[in-house]
Amino acid sequence: MAVAAAVRAADSDPEPQRPARGGQQGGLGRFIGYRLVAGLGTLVFVLLFNFFLFRMLPGDPAARYRAVKSISPADLAKIRDELTAPLPQQFVAYLKDPLALDGISSWKGQPVWDLVQGRAWPTLVLLGATTIVAVVIGVWIGIKAGWNRGSRFDKVSTAVTLLFYATPEFWLGLLLILLFSTGIGFFPGIFPSGGVIDSGIDPLSFEGITSIADHTVLPAVALAAVYLAEYSLIMRASMVDELGQDYLMTARAKGMMDHMVRRRHAVPNASLPTITLIFLNIGFIIGGAITVETVFSYPGLGLLTFEAVSEQDYVLMQALFLVFTMSVIVFNIIADIVIAVIDPRIRT
Amino acid sequence: MSDVAALELRDVHVTYRTREGPVPAVRGVDLSVFAGEVVGVAGESGCGKSTIVSTILRLFPASATVTGEVLLDGENVLTMRWGRMRAVRWGVASVVFQGALHSLNPIQRIGTQLVEPIFLHDKLATDNSAATKVRTLLEQVGLPARHADAYPHQLSGGQKQRVMIALALACDPQVLICDEPTTALDVMVQAQILELLIGIARERSMAMLLISHDLSVLGTSCDRVAVMYAGRIIEHGPARAVFDWPEHPYTRALSSAFPTIGDAASRYAPSGLPGDPPFPGDLPSGCPFHPRCPSALPVCPTVDVKLLPAGPGRTAACVLVDQSVPTR
Ligand SMILES: Nc1ncnc2c1ncn2[C@@H]1O[C@H](COP(=O)(O)OP(=O)(O)O)[C@@H](O)[C@H]1O
Ligand code: SF4
Ligand SMILES: [Mg+2]
Repeated sequence: MAVAAAVRAADSDPEPQRPARGGQQGGLGRFIGYRLVAGLGTLVFVLLFNFFLFRMLPGDPAARYRAVKSISPADLAKIRDELTAPLPQQFVAYLKDPLALDGISSWKGQPVWDLVQGRAWPTLVLLGATTIVAVVIGVWIGIKAGWNRGSRFDKVSTAVTLLFYATPEFWLGLLLILLFSTGIGFFPGIFPSGGVIDSGIDPLSFEGITSIADHTVLPAVALAAVYLAEYSLIMRASMVDELGQDYLMTARAKGMMDHMVRRRHAVPNASLPTITLIFLNIGFIIGGAITVETVFSYPGLGLLTFEAVSEQDYVLMQALFLVFTMSVIVFNIIADIVIAVIDPRIRT
Repeated sequence: MSDVAALELRDVHVTYRTREGPVPAVRGVDLSVFAGEVVGVAGESGCGKSTIVSTILRLFPASATVTGEVLLDGENVLTMRWGRMRAVRWGVASVVFQGALHSLNPIQRIGTQLVEPIFLHDKLATDNSAATKVRTLLEQVGLPARHADAYPHQLSGGQKQRVMIALALACDPQVLICDEPTTALDVMVQAQILELLIGIARERSMAMLLISHDLSVLGTSCDRVAVMYAGRIIEHGPARAVFDWPEHPYTRALSSAFPTIGDAASRYAPSGLPGDPPFPGDLPSGCPFHPRCPSALPVCPTVDVKLLPAGPGRTAACVLVDQSVPTR
C-alpha cells in the first residue's frame, strides 16, 4: 500500500493546523470587549428611540401636572415651554438628560428616580426569590426527567410542568390569593396580600425580613411556577439531545459511573440553552412582572409601570422604559459572556 | 503468545428489540484475538460490526439481548459485576469509536479529557504524574504536548483522531478495539492514522481488533481477517490469503472493490454486487447472501451454510467449499 508509506508525524496532516493556544483567554477578552461595545450601541439606539416614542404618544403631558398641587406655576410654565419647543431644540434638551434624572413625576410630583428607587428593591426581592426557586427546582427536574427519558418521573413531571407552563400568571395569582390569602374551606388564609411589608417596620430588622418574606411568598410562587416549568422543559429537551452524543459513549467506555457521566459531560453541555434563557428572563422579569405585581398589589417596578400608564405619567414611563431596556441589554450581555466562558466554540 | 486469548467471542448473539420486532444483528459469532495480534473485521455497513464492539465493553443499549460469552483474558464480560465492569472498561480494553470526530466533549480541553480515565483507573495518580502521562500520550500519537490546552474544535479531523488514540492508550489496555477508525477522515490522513494504530499495537504487543468496511485495508495490515455478512462471519483466515484468494463469493466481491478516490460512496459499495445488504430483521432464507450472489446455486436458498475448513487456517460459509452438499 503506497499510501501507507506516508510519514507518521502529525505535521504532514494536510488539514490546516489552527493554533492550539492563541486566543483562549485572549479570545474571551476580545469577545467580552466586542459584546460590551455592541451593547453600548444598542443602548444608544434605545435612547434615541425613547425620544421619538414618547413624543408620538397621545395626550397632554403638561395637563397631568396641573393635578399635582405641589408643582409651582413657574415650573409648570417651564414644562410647557419645553414641550412646545421645536423638535431639534427638544432633542438637544433630551440629550442633556436622556435618563430623565431631573424628571418630575406628574402623578406624584416627586423626582421619578426617587419613585423608581423606592420600588426597585421589592422587585429585586421578588426576582431573586423567583429565580432561585425556578432555577434550582426547574433545572433539577429537567436533568432528572431528560436523563431518564420515558421513566415515570419523566412522564409525571413533564405533564405537570406543561400544565404550569400553560397556566396564565394572573389566574394562578388569583387562585393563590383565594386559597392562601383570603382562605376558603380547608385552606387557611395565612399569607397577607398587598404590599411588600407591614407598615411601620424596619425592613432590615428580623420582623421586617419575615414580613417581607410573608408578602413575597405568593407572588413568587405564581411567578416561579411558570419559569420553573419553562426551565425544566428546556433542560429536559437539552438532556434528551445529549443522550445520543458520542462523547457520552466515550465517557461510559472510560469506566465512569452513570452519575459522573451525567454531571461531568451531559449537564454542562445541556445547560447552555437554559443558562441563556435564565439570564434573558431575569432581564425581562425586572420589567415583566407587571401582571403578578398588579394582581398581588406588590409595590415593585411592575406595579409602578401599571400605575404610570394608568396615570399617564410620561416622565415616569420614560424612566421605567429605560430601566427595563437597560436590564434586558445588560442581562443579554451577561448571558452571552457566561455562555462564552463555558463554551469555547463561541469565543473563537 | 499465551494460550488464553486476550479477547474471545464465543457464539455471541445480539438481538435488538424494536417496535417493528426483533432485529438479530449478530447471529453467532466466534472470534479470538491474541496478544500481539491484529485481527480485522470487514463487511458492509449494517452487518453487525459495531454491535460486536458494543458487547466487548458491554456498551450496548438496554434494548439489546446478548447471549454467548465475551471473554477478556478469560473473564466473561457479560456476567461481570458492575464494579468490575467499570474497572475493565478502558483498563483492560479500550475503543476508538466509529464516530470519532464527535467522541470528544466539545467544551472540555483535550488535556482534561485525557486525564479523566487516568485518575479513574489509577488511584495513585497525582496531578503531576497525570500531566506527564498526558504529554507522553500526545507525543506518542505525534501531537505536540501543547495540544493538551486545546479544545476539540481547534483541531483537524486527523488530529482529533490522534487524540482519540491517545485517549484509548491512557490506561495501557491489553486490548484495543478500533471501529472504523478512519472512515470520517480524508484519504491521505486515513493511511497515516492506520499506520499509527498498527504501529502502536505491534510495538506494545497489544491485541487489536480493527474494524473496517474496506477489506483491502485490512488485507494489507492485519494478521487475520474475518468477513461478516448479515450478522455472521462468513469467511475467516490469514489476512493476505483471504484478500488475495477469497473463497467466499461475498469476500471476492469485497476484495475486488477498489475505492474510487474522491467518491466516498464507492467505498461502501462492493463492485459488481447488485442490491443492498439485507436488513437483519428480515433475512433471506438459506444462505442470506443468495439474492446477490453471482455464483448462487439452486440449493442456496434452502441450505444452512456453516463455517467449514477452506484451506490452511481458513474457513468459509458457502456451499461451494462444502464437499458434502451436491453442487450440481
Ligand atoms: N440500537 C439499535 N436498535 C435497533 N437496531 C439496531 C441498533 N443498533 C444497530 N441496529 C441494527 O443492527 C444492525 C447492525 O448494526 P451495526 O452493528 O451498527 O452495523 P455496522 O457497524 O456493521 O454498520 C443494523 O441493521 C442496524 O440497523
Ligand atoms: S452458499 Fe450459495 S449463495 Fe451463499 S455464497 Fe455460496 S454460492 Fe453464494
Ligand atoms: Mg459500524
